Amino acid sequence: MKAILRFVVALSSVVVALPAAAALNVFACEQEWAALAQELAGDKASVYSATNALQDVHKVEARPSLIARIRSADLLICSGSELEIGWLPLLLTQSGNAKIQPGSAGYVEASQFVPKLEIPKVVDRALGDVHPSGNPHVHLDPRNIARVAEALTERLVQLDPANADAYHARGNSFRERWRAALSRWEQQAARLKGVPVVVYHKDMSYFIGWAGMREAGSLEPKPGLPPTPAHLAELVERMKRDPAKVIVYSPYNSPRAAEFLSERTKIPSVMLPFTVGGTDKAKDLFGLFDDTIARLLEVVK
Amino acid sequence: MYRKETMALAVAAALGLPHAAEAQTQDEVRALREQVRQLDKRVQEAEATAQQAAVQASSRPTGENAMNPAVSVILNGIYSNLSQDPNAFRINGFVPTLGEVGPGVRGLSLGESELALAANIDHNFRGTLIASISPEDGIGVEEGYIQTLALSYGFTIKAGRFFSGVGYQNQIHAHAWDFTDAPLANKVFLGNQLGEDGVQLKWVAPTETYFDVGVEVGRGRQFPAGPAGGRNKNGVGSSTLFAHVGGDLGTGVAWQTGVSYLSTSPQDRSFDDPTGTSNSFTGQSRLWVLDGILKWAPNYNPTYTNFKLQGEYFRRKEEGDLTSGATAQTGGFASAQSGWYLQGVYQFIPMWRVGYRYDRLDSGTTSFSTPLTAADFPILAAYNPTRHTVMVDWSPSEFSRVRLQAASDKSRSDATDKQVFLQYIVSLGAHGAHKF
Repeated sequence: MKAILRFVVALSSVVVALPAAAALNVFACEQEWAALAQELAGDKASVYSATNALQDVHKVEARPSLIARIRSADLLICSGSELEIGWLPLLLTQSGNAKIQPGSAGYVEASQFVPKLEIPKVVDRALGDVHPSGNPHVHLDPRNIARVAEALTERLVQLDPANADAYHARGNSFRERWRAALSRWEQQAARLKGVPVVVYHKDMSYFIGWAGMREAGSLEPKPGLPPTPAHLAELVERMKRDPAKVIVYSPYNSPRAAEFLSERTKIPSVMLPFTVGGTDKAKDLFGLFDDTIARLLEVVK
Repeated sequence: MYRKETMALAVAAALGLPHAAEAQTQDEVRALREQVRQLDKRVQEAEATAQQAAVQASSRPTGENAMNPAVSVILNGIYSNLSQDPNAFRINGFVPTLGEVGPGVRGLSLGESELALAANIDHNFRGTLIASISPEDGIGVEEGYIQTLALSYGFTIKAGRFFSGVGYQNQIHAHAWDFTDAPLANKVFLGNQLGEDGVQLKWVAPTETYFDVGVEVGRGRQFPAGPAGGRNKNGVGSSTLFAHVGGDLGTGVAWQTGVSYLSTSPQDRSFDDPTGTSNSFTGQSRLWVLDGILKWAPNYNPTYTNFKLQGEYFRRKEEGDLTSGATAQTGGFASAQSGWYLQGVYQFIPMWRVGYRYDRLDSGTTSFSTPLTAADFPILAAYNPTRHTVMVDWSPSEFSRVRLQAASDKSRSDATDKQVFLQYIVSLGAHGAHKF
């Protein structure tokens, strides 16, 4: 036992040189929330995104590097609604960090601040990987970004009251710029109204809802299950009866299923950025919507 | 949205079109357009309200059971084809452990089912109970512990029964293993899997590179402590120290490596020699483990392809007194033994993985002082067991897996056991999260 104690003391003295944390440490589960936190907090925060645009946020390893980051976080922002259920609970219990546990001021679930779509009436795993509290991919409705921004600004002020003025100023500026962009996007997206679209996963529903497009099918036979030849063959048949105008997929999906369907049906397929960093032009949240709409308008003539 | 528009048009048609037929002037057309626009707006508003109501309705707690913990069940079943009699299973060169280390029964059998309940107890604690239900001996508590949530500064305390943090694989539940059975080293040094009744204190450093250090004190209820169930004494029966470092490399590799140390003082730890006599050991047992794990997935997206490399090296020293059941004599005994395994698992297309594992144990040195002689303990005669294992598994969803495994097991010094396992593992209920 003495040897153990000596070992512990020696180790803790080695790592005692803690980095002085001046800024608020923000841990975002996804790129879109990292980008939003950066917009709203500016240089007052140091923002870390747990995932990149090429990752499927349903399937993330609770890597040691993520535990190291969440350990020192002051604020956590994630989509919520069970999207990160395979990895976030593990990070939270291993973090040894009370500030970002559910229920504390540092824990923000973005999907709690927006009206949810596709809340299932029946919850059964036979239906695929369904989320009982609704579709969690809420960020692709630009109005939701504005809603979450309001809530996030409030939390920033609550956690770091010394910089309240700065957060309010940044929040107001973002709101104004977002409002202007929103009316621009609404005009541009008017041409997308009613356009039937085939998606890869149900991760585009909020955009489709906002733009007034119509989902005509999905490449996944059931949410979370990869496309199968039988399902694709059925989609080819369905497209003959009810042709879509565009097939979309995200950077984290393999393009092969979309290309297959596109070849067979002559319906153009297009990769949409899905989140910040998903394409070169989607550098921030404004770029994300600019590029998403531009890419769709290009194929939907 | 599409529905909205059609609806608005239909309403507009019903209201406006008969008049429109008569409409001659531009003004009238314009008025009708305005009417349609108003209706469309009203429909949209109504839909938004309905949607909000649906959101509220769905998020309303449903009464007493709204606070139920997350419940999940693991079921597994197995078909085993073994060329050697599993009842005569032994690992030559090593002291038999108190745990279940054999390859199981021949033919079809139901594996151990697991029932897991977990929830936050309050803002301070989280509780987890994992019961294992074996088809023969009823219900056992595999893990049952509370864990702090609110300590901060990177500290967490776990108390209760839990899988010890010694090594890497020991903490992982059998259903999440990449092979049907445990590595030989885990079998001989930890009795398959070491679960301890005790307290664990762990600290995660505030650094960008992951670093943790932890200490456990326990009852010593399982091998390498002894007797089974723990000694009849106050204080601590086993203590463990561990530390891990981990991080990312490039754009797809995550790694972690650790060192751990387990110290126990077994008293009358008994084992049966294959000849049937019962011997017992009292003394000191010290175990060192080095472990390493490396996972690769392009851009950290494991959906399509990924690779996992895992290995551990064990070294144990024991010294004390050994009592031979055959001669009823007691004498000094010391041993220094080691073992390791290395395994790789590759997912080459979605759902399908292949894996290979190599096991090797080194019986090292054993010494007996008078009146004991090595001949009194045939199981401890020098022998280096090895095993080759290959597997292929198919996981149609996150919740189900079917695995075929074949192994050539030279645990016995006189025979090679050719093993084939066909196994399913499924999980029902709450979505589990798996450790790195």
